[in-house]
Amino acid sequence: MQDFAQEFTRALGLILSGDPGLWEIVLLSLRVSVLAVLISALIGMPVGAVLAVYRFPGRRVLIVLLNALMGLPPVVVGLAVYLALSRSGPLGGMQLLYTPTAMIVAQVLLVLPIIAALTRQVVEALDEEYAEQLRSLGVSRLASVPTLLWDGRLALLTAVLAGFGRAIAEMGAVIIVGGNINHVTRVMTTTIALETSKGNLAPALALGVILVGIAVAVTGAVSALSLRGDVEALRHA
Amino acid sequence: MRELPVAETIRHGVLEIEGLRVRADGGTLLDVPRLVLGGPGPTVILGPNGAGKSLLLRCLHGLIRPDRGAIRQDGVPLDAAIRQRQAMVFQRPVLLRRTVAANLDYVLRRRGLGRGDRRARIGALLAEGGLARKARQSARSLSGGEAQRLAILRALAIEPEVLFLDEPTSALDPAATQAIETLVKRASRRGMRVVMVSHDIGQARRMARDVVLMRAGRVVEHAPAAAFFAAPATLAARQFLTGTLVI
Repeated sequence: MQDFAQEFTRALGLILSGDPGLWEIVLLSLRVSVLAVLISALIGMPVGAVLAVYRFPGRRVLIVLLNALMGLPPVVVGLAVYLALSRSGPLGGMQLLYTPTAMIVAQVLLVLPIIAALTRQVVEALDEEYAEQLRSLGVSRLASVPTLLWDGRLALLTAVLAGFGRAIAEMGAVIIVGGNINHVTRVMTTTIALETSKGNLAPALALGVILVGIAVAVTGAVSALSLRGDVEALRHA
Repeated sequence: MRELPVAETIRHGVLEIEGLRVRADGGTLLDVPRLVLGGPGPTVILGPNGAGKSLLLRCLHGLIRPDRGAIRQDGVPLDAAIRQRQAMVFQRPVLLRRTVAANLDYVLRRRGLGRGDRRARIGALLAEGGLARKARQSARSLSGGEAQRLAILRALAIEPEVLFLDEPTSALDPAATQAIETLVKRASRRGMRVVMVSHDIGQARRMARDVVLMRAGRVVEHAPAAAFFAAPATLAARQFLTGTLVI
């Protein structure tokens, strides 16, 4: 117990002293996950909105597929990206394996279905309320998409934060495609696993504390936004 | 509430229906061989629940495509261009999740108005509807009466030739109802054709110049309001006015 207390004190020391090695890992994690979420949002939101607004053959199948992809196992995604980017794979010539870019690609595949599926749900619910009014105002189905996305911004931000939570806490995919190379592709989750296996608990605990801090901040932001949405809904009721 | 200046006195928006029929699940929901809504003053469409009043309004506004028949406005078949000259207010106001002013700005921007013109128009509309002090407030925090007033102002913003209203006061108290009726009467006086669905006989007496009574998807009677209330021509109208008409 005393050992644990000592390790924890050392961990806090690492955080508070601004240890460059530790913060390099934190910043790389944030860079990879933030970029992955931004790319996923840029693609996922329009895709989700179009699925919500348009009716076409195969739409139901696409929605079921999208919902199923929300629960993709990260190691499977990692394996798929690894196969695609490895030297003999179809994208091997790009030489992206074991780079932060490969990690971003893997995280995009994990986060994109979450953002697209949640956007579809949000926009479809909003469209049910708005559709007749927007038609009355002469707004075409295509032109209604940006209106619906903007008016659903609060719920969509919640979807983005949920995607970020998934990306920052994920390890299975990034360790396969990133390789956990020191100063190159080492992120918080892969470092925690590595240092723990070496019995070096202080840096693992320090990163654990930071990771939990980020997760709590994201969850807090999601709750605050949801609460604000609920209050607005109650006001309108 | 301040009244907007009278913009025009020439009346447009004469609506003609020929052989209109809407069917669903093997039954006829609407069957109107001929109906012309013209002349000055608001038209109020009365009738019991399920009579097809709202359905008729949606057909006139192009929100529902009938199985058969033709609808014309000023002799021109209903199309996208004609629909741009119409506006509709629904029973439950659907407001964008934006400020009060932004709800008006949304429609004016779509009509291509410049920033200065939009600002001036929004100011005039909010003053007209008594909502000037709530311009920056979230539209979804308005009371039921204020929300419906904003929905009407948004419809008036584009200066339509025809304004359709689908039971706009059914969920409102007398004071809020009066405010809505005042707005609608002013619009009518400015030359806008108003076609309003209601099940409130009192409201029809206060508002209507002519009354259309519907029952089971058909027009039972269409008459000037004074004649309709003083001496209804049909048994159904007499029963409706005495509260004994059932579907």
